Amino acid sequence: MKELAYVRASDPAQAVATVADDPDARFLGGGTNLVDHLKLGITTPGTLVDISHLPLDGFEETADGLTIGANVRNSDLAADRRVRAGWPVVSRALLAGASGQIRNQATTGGNLLQRTRCVYFQDPTTPCNKREPGSGCSAAGGYGRYNAILGASPACVTVHPSDLAVALAAVDAAVLVLGPGGRRRIPAAELHRLPGDDAEHDTVLGHGDLITAVELPASALARRSTYVKVRDRASFAFALVSVAVALDLAEDGTVTDVRVVWGGVAHKPWRAERAEDALRGRPLTEAAVRAAADAELASAAPSSDAGYKVPMVRNATALAFRRLVPALAEEDR
Amino acid sequence: MTDLVPAPIDAKAMGTALPRVDGVEKVTGSAAYAVEHPVPRPLACWLVQSTIARGRVVSVDRSAALAHPGVLSVVDHTDAPRLAETDNGELAILQDDRIGFRGQIVALVLAESSEAAREGARLVRVEQQEEPAEAELREDNATYRPEKVNPSMETDTETGDVDTALAGADVVLEQTYRTPYEHNNPLEPHATTAWWGEEDGRDRLTLYDSSQGVHGVATALAPMLGMEKEQVRVMAPYVGGGFGSKGEAHAHVMAAALAARTTGGRPVRLAVTRQQMFALTGYRTATISKFRLGADRDGRLAAIEHGVLEQTSRLREFAEQTASSTRMMYAAPNRRTSHRLAVLDVAVPSWMRAPGEMPGMYAHEVAMDELAEACGLDPVELRRRNEPDLDPEKGLPFDRRGLLECLDRGAARFGWAGRPREPRSTRDGEWWVGTGAASATYPAMRQPGNVARIESLPDARYAVSIGSVDIGTGARTALTQIAADALSVGPDAIDLHLGDTALPPASVAGGSSGTSSWGSAIVAAAQQFRTEHGHRPAPGLRTEAGAERGDEAERFSFHSFGAVFAEVRVHRDTGELRVPRLLGVYSVGRVVNPMTARSQLVGGLVMGMSAALFEESVRDPRFGHVVTQDLATYHIAAHADVTGVEAEWLDESTTTFTPMGSRGIGEIGIVGTAAAVANAAYHATGIRVRDLPLTADAYVG
Ligand SMILES: Cc1cc2nc3c(=O)[nH]c(=O)nc-3n(C[C@H](O)[C@H](O)[C@H](O)COP(=O)(O)OP(=O)(O)OC[C@H]3O[C@@H](n4cnc5c(N)ncnc54)[C@H](O)[C@@H]3O)c2cc1C
Ligand code: SF4
Repeated sequence: MKELAYVRASDPAQAVATVADDPDARFLGGGTNLVDHLKLGITTPGTLVDISHLPLDGFEETADGLTIGANVRNSDLAADRRVRAGWPVVSRALLAGASGQIRNQATTGGNLLQRTRCVYFQDPTTPCNKREPGSGCSAAGGYGRYNAILGASPACVTVHPSDLAVALAAVDAAVLVLGPGGRRRIPAAELHRLPGDDAEHDTVLGHGDLITAVELPASALARRSTYVKVRDRASFAFALVSVAVALDLAEDGTVTDVRVVWGGVAHKPWRAERAEDALRGRPLTEAAVRAAADAELASAAPSSDAGYKVPMVRNATALAFRRLVPALAEEDR
Repeated sequence: MTDLVPAPIDAKAMGTALPRVDGVEKVTGSAAYAVEHPVPRPLACWLVQSTIARGRVVSVDRSAALAHPGVLSVVDHTDAPRLAETDNGELAILQDDRIGFRGQIVALVLAESSEAAREGARLVRVEQQEEPAEAELREDNATYRPEKVNPSMETDTETGDVDTALAGADVVLEQTYRTPYEHNNPLEPHATTAWWGEEDGRDRLTLYDSSQGVHGVATALAPMLGMEKEQVRVMAPYVGGGFGSKGEAHAHVMAAALAARTTGGRPVRLAVTRQQMFALTGYRTATISKFRLGADRDGRLAAIEHGVLEQTSRLREFAEQTASSTRMMYAAPNRRTSHRLAVLDVAVPSWMRAPGEMPGMYAHEVAMDELAEACGLDPVELRRRNEPDLDPEKGLPFDRRGLLECLDRGAARFGWAGRPREPRSTRDGEWWVGTGAASATYPAMRQPGNVARIESLPDARYAVSIGSVDIGTGARTALTQIAADALSVGPDAIDLHLGDTALPPASVAGGSSGTSSWGSAIVAAAQQFRTEHGHRPAPGLRTEAGAERGDEAERFSFHSFGAVFAEVRVHRDTGELRVPRLLGVYSVGRVVNPMTARSQLVGGLVMGMSAALFEESVRDPRFGHVVTQDLATYHIAAHADVTGVEAEWLDESTTTFTPMGSRGIGEIGIVGTAAAVANAAYHATGIRVRDLPLTADAYVG
């Protein structure tokens, strides 16, 4: 491990200033992702600015909903009664991720900014545009079971691993950022980006941007929400695909509003807007859900290894709706 | 020292659930593992590995590493101590500039801390010249016929006329089954502490090594280092698992020994990382099993053919005996088995729990399930109809063949009767539900060369010593029970010593042979001690003895058997698999300690289920190494996957085989288990997946 300086930030502004001034500095949250990377030589910062003790660890009830400090641990966020009642998808997504020990340590901000689990990104001896821009993408033409099926580019075909990010995008959450240029508010669904020809950057944040909080707006949509995660074992595995659904249904079964967000399929949580549009204002049926998913998947371009994700995410979407609306008519398949 | 044929002993302590004698040390953390022993002024050693699969090292630039604070030295092939023998291509590291696989050790960094050593290793610049390499096992490149397969079995066997029998059979099943590369992944990564000194004017190398056999490590290293075996002392008081991967010394042990040679006597600690384990400490070859079964309409086999395609490393041969169990499992007059290898520029494969039986029985037992269906028979009934009178290829009677009893008892316990014959006929809510069965077998083995020492202590206590290793199986506890019964005393009167080459020679903790081999020697020594010193010996009297074998191996075929039953649920939407119930019933001879035995059998079942559903080392042939090289991407069963796993055994004793009546239990739990799960997954869904692991993608639709 490269020798590095360790700084305990005294307050958020000082943390931002310290990192912004030093291209070789990084924020340290719970460290469950970053410390692995230091050991493996995936990243070699000169300075770590520890923010994990800063008082960004509260829940604040606001007129619109709940604001969650960036340092709130994943386990505390998942367990919070208000979150479980008002934004069940958030709680479920967190509990479907990692392990109890890791959730106790991992922070809200760190979770959103965890890096890909692409095996070539994790191995500094193989080319990877995300780790070393311009070196090439080993995953294209390599081990591809976890690769993206939507929005990939020749530069990078990986997916974003965070379950929380998928859930946040489904409840119209916003990420509060303190950067060198001041405060910003970014819709959660716009935090992560597609790779295009720049595989290096996972998000729209710049160097020195500190996530300080996440806002959860209360809504009927968010109250009726759930998360389905499909994985290689019963626990402690990243998603093959995942689905966050939030649903507001009229008395007569017509969809008033809906969010469908997919994980494990793209470089960012994939807001399935085409599917949402197909469902909004219509009666909710199993067939409608499947047709909506297919409309979204029309643009899918999976490699042969990842082709299974197309039916898997379609079925998982139907399953998520069925969990939310048990009475949903089950049609024969 | 004498060798004698020990007489059978009565079970008093044996058969009781004596808690682990080292349990307190382990749960309180006072048990020291290989790099935890306090040694004076230790240095840390880190490995620098090749990043090409084949070629040579052109140059090693050490300057940046040496400039790093804490780094003391870098050793590469130009200045590493020379070895006296280099035949073992895996252990002969740093002797020349050749690179034989990606991940091979090409330099060592020594530093005052492991962090500095690791950073030093990152800073070493190795210029390599790449040559074309082959790292992919395919059907068309597995053409090499080894002379023997592990450990020294025939490569091919043939009886009768398979082709004619198949041509005349009512039912013919011809299928190909594949198992992936798998890595052992014990909890404690491989690790070694090494230092050099002098004794009686001769060099002396001392190691704490995480090993399944300390004497084997000394025997392998000593001649390569130009020494007698006595000049190498190896200790392994506690070992955090091995599953075969610590059965032989791997390259890192030699790395530690060579590194320590250069430090002027300072001890060197070398801990292999999880990622490095995927290149350096052995693994199970991928296998391709081509099966042809021919039977009459009643399911009686006329022909069994099992052709195996697998791989070895160009550096050192290891030929997995994948068809070995096919040779003795079922009756059929016409039979043929063969092994062909692709010789690749890859890391050296080795033993992994039940090498041979695990992949081979997976293929055979799925093939039997397919044959049962083709004949319209219950799978258990098909096995009953093909039960042989004699070991089909050896022609000897089985000393004990408990297969049908295991199948019957398992079927009753599991509730097999009334199982719908048709696949995809049971659904429970979102889940398709199915059940499957498979047979298991494992040869009973006793290794030569074991000697035990008994010494009388004050207060009617006895020190019992043997240089074997308890790798976490509970051997220390089981041997205490055996020694107690052999000496007719209580287990608390025994001080057991093991894990040190200063103690009498012992064979490896492998091949499920430990308890049989070491226990027999302890019984022999105890009986000899009583003959020499009587029942009320003065303190300080000693006897050393080993156990001779009679002629039983010429009279009998010795095998353990088992039956595995699985319930599998496959999610109708996502294709995810769950195994809510897994039951193994075993015929393994006397169970010396039901508590530690259950943990071995249940552990084997879990590992078999893990192989069925999760485990896969993905080698990227473009690079030559395994890219799923951590536990986030090489999935093993998590606790949530292990719900209803149960193991039980028949009440029996085989004193023709060992004086204790035991036959060995370490490996049989993994055998057949993946097949039972695969057969149940088929029964649940009607989708027959023949390549492991059975992942959701194969069932989603
Ligand atoms: C074995 C294992 C299994 C896992 N399984 C899952 C899973 O199934 N699903 C899942 O979603 N996740 C999973 N994870 C990932 C886990 O959720 C993340 O490691 C964790 O959430 C990261 O949070 P942290 O606070 O430890 O981040 P750190 O490791 O401290 O930081 C991660 C990154 O975020 C940056 N950072 C941290 N905080 C801030 C901030 N406030 N503002 C700006 N930048 C910041 C850091 O500089 C770093 O780049 C798993 C992890 C492990 C080790
Ligand atoms: S997919 Fe992305 S992360 Fe993976 S190797 Fe390619 S560029 Fe790197």
